[in-house]
Amino acid sequence: MSEIRTVAPTPPMPPGTNNVVAVDGASMVFNEGHSNQVDALCDIDLVIRPGEFVSLIGPSGCGKSTLLRLIANLLSPTSGTVLVNGKSAHQARLEQDYGMAFQQSGLFEWRTVEKNIELPLELKGWKKAARRQRSAEMLELVKLSDFAQHMPWQLSGGMQQRVAIARALAAHPALLLMDEPFGALDEMTREHMQAELLRICAAAATTVVFVTHSIPEAVYLSSRVVVMSARPGRITDIIDVPLGGDRGEDTREDDSFYKLITEVREALRGSETGGPSDGSSDGVRGIEDR
Amino acid sequence: MNATKFVRVVGPPVVVGAVLIGLWQLLVVGFDIQPYLLPAPSAIWSALLDRVGDIWDAMYVTGTNALIGLAAGAVLGIAMSFVLMRFQTMNELVTPLAIALNAIPIIVLVPVFNNMFSSTTEVPRRLMVTLIVFFIVMVNVAKGLRQVAPIHLELMKSYAANPREILVKTRIPNAVPYLFTALKIAAPGAVITAFVAEYFGGRQNGLGYSITSNAASSRTDAMWAYVMGACVLGLVFYLVSAALEKVTSPQQQVGGIAPGGATS
Repeated sequence: MSEIRTVAPTPPMPPGTNNVVAVDGASMVFNEGHSNQVDALCDIDLVIRPGEFVSLIGPSGCGKSTLLRLIANLLSPTSGTVLVNGKSAHQARLEQDYGMAFQQSGLFEWRTVEKNIELPLELKGWKKAARRQRSAEMLELVKLSDFAQHMPWQLSGGMQQRVAIARALAAHPALLLMDEPFGALDEMTREHMQAELLRICAAAATTVVFVTHSIPEAVYLSSRVVVMSARPGRITDIIDVPLGGDRGEDTREDDSFYKLITEVREALRGSETGGPSDGSSDGVRGIEDR
Repeated sequence: MNATKFVRVVGPPVVVGAVLIGLWQLLVVGFDIQPYLLPAPSAIWSALLDRVGDIWDAMYVTGTNALIGLAAGAVLGIAMSFVLMRFQTMNELVTPLAIALNAIPIIVLVPVFNNMFSSTTEVPRRLMVTLIVFFIVMVNVAKGLRQVAPIHLELMKSYAANPREILVKTRIPNAVPYLFTALKIAAPGAVITAFVAEYFGGRQNGLGYSITSNAASSRTDAMWAYVMGACVLGLVFYLVSAALEKVTSPQQQVGGIAPGGATS
């Protein structure tokens, strides 16, 4: 049912207007001109529309985290442009247009759970009462209302990660950037957190860019899965995931779920053995041996 | 801690201590050991009771020196750590030097200070304590200000935080447990330094001086009485530093750079 599309398949859209993320010809080279030069990303085009849940998946070193950091403006591309909400990524960061969560929760261990969630609001200059109210709302959303006054180390790993997600969403950003946020969790917690994330993002109508190396996770969560290959990092495939908006535990048992997993796996395999037949794997591959 | 547990924890060392003192008493009396070699605990106790006021005065002098040095060293060390955090090159120059200085017994500088400043004041001794504490605090706090988790810096960047906000909301709170660790190391170091500094001359009023002078005139029972005063003073500083350790939660423990040389 879902067709595999090749590179640069995003449907025709007027550039810039309604897109949450628009990456155009972005490349990222680390240590340019030195012997340890790394071509982390090569000529990336990616458009993400409002309400989409897009996963970036690929072998380690394929630059998926780097791509996420370009969107977040934690890194600047060597060439190409990155627009977020129609603005430059830099401007979008200054205006705190996105929330971010990482593999480690990155909670500030000297702050209570509540104060952690309030931190981005503090930096936005919110008044104390408004901050307190929002953090209470967010804690309710991630079902941790009883833990507002706890210190992070008193919480389990899964609970800490939920606090981190609440913090990322505290300012109600239109865009949520997540870098393997469930990577350090056990399988049970992980599946539970995935369902929670879908619920939270649906409730807040958030667009998500999600880096993962788990195929079932990518398929379960996403409306589109972006498959990447390594050295240089590039997009080799974008796979639609037409599982609908209402996903639950049954979805994981569904035949179409398995079919999509197979599809993503094959796309990943293709990307590792020289990429699809677009002839793009020329020359630069020499970097592999370093 | 309930009563039974308290007895179980505190009981054994108290019993062992009492037995040891009893054995000491028996040994001295039984073998008729001369008081100038080793006085009996009972003799030390009566010497202590005779001089309790003098011992208290000496403890006050030495304790004040340690406390003033500790406070001054901590303030200066914190101030310097901010300078080191701000200027990378300075950090690279000063930190190895500070660690190297900590590895040598800089207590031997006391006679130099006695010459430079008046040896009829407490200044040289307090200066010595300040110097010892200063390096411990500076190195550890600078480490805390610098070694911020990369994820915290990325998050602060994603929040578009300016350098002042990063300092106030990330670096300084991150350095607080490092400061407590430094003080925990420095507090006993301060009292030992204040005490030993008196061995190098200067005013004749502290515990260190009283111990050496009583030892020199073979008043060993009095000497031991002053040693007990020194024990109490050390214990007070230790308890304060242990309380400081409690202030930092167990999850925030960080390894400090311990002093070397004469203070360890």
